[in-house]
Amino acid sequence: MSEKPQVKSSPSFFNNPRNRSIIYQLLLLFGLGYFFYSIISNTLANMEARGIQSGYDFLFNTAGFDILMSLIPYDATNTYGRTFIVGLLNTVLVSIIGIILSTMVGFIMGVAHFSHNLLIRKLATAYVETFRNIPLLLQIFFWYFAVLAALPSARQSMSLGEVIFLNVRGLYFPGLTPEGGASVVYAAIAAAIIGIFVLKRWAKKRQDDTGQQFPVLWVSLGMLFGLPLLALIVMGFPFAWDIPYLKGFNFRGGITVIPELMALALALTVYTGAFIAEAVRAGIQAVPHGQTEAARSIGLKEGKIMKLIIVPQAMRVIVPLLNSEYQSLVKNSTLATAIGYPDLFTVFVGTTLNQTGQAIEIVFMTMAVYFVVNMTISFLMNRLNSSVALTER
Amino acid sequence: MKRLTSVIATGLALGLSFGAQAGTLEDVQKRGSVSCGVSTGLAGFSQKDENGTWSGLDVDVCRSVAAAVLGDASKVQYKPLTAKERFTALQSGEIDILSRNTTWTHTRDTSLGLNFAGVNYYDGQGFMVSKDLGVSSALDLDGAAVCIQAGTTTELNLADYFRANGITYNAITFDTSDQTRAGFESGRCDVLTSDQSQLYALRIGLKDPSSAMVLPEVISKEPLGPVVRQGDDQWFNIVKWSVYAMVEAEFMGINSANADQAKSQGNPGQQRLMGVDTDSGEKMGISNDWAYNIVKQVGNYGESFERNVGQGSPLKISRGLNAQWNKGGIMYSSPVR
Repeated sequence: MSEKPQVKSSPSFFNNPRNRSIIYQLLLLFGLGYFFYSIISNTLANMEARGIQSGYDFLFNTAGFDILMSLIPYDATNTYGRTFIVGLLNTVLVSIIGIILSTMVGFIMGVAHFSHNLLIRKLATAYVETFRNIPLLLQIFFWYFAVLAALPSARQSMSLGEVIFLNVRGLYFPGLTPEGGASVVYAAIAAAIIGIFVLKRWAKKRQDDTGQQFPVLWVSLGMLFGLPLLALIVMGFPFAWDIPYLKGFNFRGGITVIPELMALALALTVYTGAFIAEAVRAGIQAVPHGQTEAARSIGLKEGKIMKLIIVPQAMRVIVPLLNSEYQSLVKNSTLATAIGYPDLFTVFVGTTLNQTGQAIEIVFMTMAVYFVVNMTISFLMNRLNSSVALTER
Repeated sequence: MKRLTSVIATGLALGLSFGAQAGTLEDVQKRGSVSCGVSTGLAGFSQKDENGTWSGLDVDVCRSVAAAVLGDASKVQYKPLTAKERFTALQSGEIDILSRNTTWTHTRDTSLGLNFAGVNYYDGQGFMVSKDLGVSSALDLDGAAVCIQAGTTTELNLADYFRANGITYNAITFDTSDQTRAGFESGRCDVLTSDQSQLYALRIGLKDPSSAMVLPEVISKEPLGPVVRQGDDQWFNIVKWSVYAMVEAEFMGINSANADQAKSQGNPGQQRLMGVDTDSGEKMGISNDWAYNIVKQVGNYGESFERNVGQGSPLKISRGLNAQWNKGGIMYSSPVR
């Protein structure tokens, strides 16, 4: 019997690993699809059987309730759909404020950890250890019910020059109403911002070519404030002051920052700031000390070492951590409901859900919003991450 | 968090229960207790004392249903719910009855898959202000900050009333009535608005109750009553007639003290209510002495009222609209026969 060399014949269709894996994946996909299909169709059938309305028609019905704070015009005659937008904008507002302020606090506290001054260093440690370890809800209550609620009543407001007022109802400061010629001022601001970008590129090119440095920061600041100021003077201040005044029970006019927003933004800032401080500390510590020594040996000043050597390398560690801190902050902002700040969760999952009873639709929409917002943050932070990533040449 | 849990529970329950309309009565009998949704704490209506015992006008509805179905008024499991959680908890089957000072409105009755099983308190929305505000009418409240509980009819009435009268206000919305009271006390708002009965209850909870007053205006009709799921008519009937039985007993002059006497030697109407020579219970799938158990263990409507919110309570609310129809009120039971 002669051993025939095994000819590499193609295995049967089902034994082919490629086909097999495709079949298994198709089966899984089909199974998953059927699972979700049966959940959704069962839900709809059961809701119908129980006489519960479903669908998104309610978004076009009149809401009939008022909302404390809105960035767009809103009153009780608007629709439930608009309450969604109002809540969404309020969520975005408190998130943006929280992200900006907590980043500032976090970077300052993170860098302060390396200060040569013992007091500053201990202060930074105490800050992180205190606020990182206390539940956020408790901190929100602290700011709202202990700190802000202790402010004086409207009639005994604290005031700064009779134009800015602070009381238990909030912070009131003058607004500006644009008059004819205001557009020139806006144009000046835009021109200043564009000018700064141009200046920066020019200064970098000049430094690359000649090695000479240009004081970009000071000139930029000068442009940012100088140009609009010039426009203001030329146009004869085309704005009217809208100064808050006490009438009846409350202040009217001007711009009001409600205490709910202040308490929530403060709590989110202080809480998330502590985590960001730790991220910054970790990032700086990840840069080997040799880098600093090398920078010193070529004669860079301390400030330049931080800016040119340490921070760019630390950012590689910090940015991914920041990403998750920012996402947590957005999700944590739903705790607004505890103090009645009208964010998406309070307004839409709270009042709108209860007035309409459309629980599934509303919860689904809200989950989708937080998903999209956090994916956006993630996208932006990933862009930032790739720009600070180690460039290998 | 609890709200989210119950929403998810609704989703799961609706999604996975394959349309089976379980008989609530059988569930309750099997479990041996009635699961009843009440408020998180509202003096006079549903509140928990230091021993963990619930009492109140709304609690008495739960107790009377337990007495009717299980023969023992104490076999109730209480589930405290905020205004925002209540309907989802009922829809999902987490509770059998919602008895939580809930206003009977058209939208709630027709679009939530729920049925209102009668009225156990006729209320109306009012305003509470601090006395040193110097306000005597709600029409003086232009520009006021108003504290309010989220997810209530109150929110809608408030918007209607201020808009109709062309006055402005800021609504500050809290989750629980305790938080609205805290907001009112801290001066965050000038006015607290709620159903009048709640205003009296909240006023007692203030550090200095005499510093606040309730304005005379009543701006809405708020018939409060127990709610059940739609599609289980047997259970709906039991709850509805448990509420009626208390009102009917008061009308007939039967109370917890003389229930035995009424059963043995009362007039035919009284005896029939107490379960003598009748199949009134069987028709609902429960024992015929259901109403006797209610009156004996919980009392008639008048007793319940006086004990919880009337003269026997710190609230001292007068009967008003909630008196019997022949005593100047509108409490009226369909005849039990």
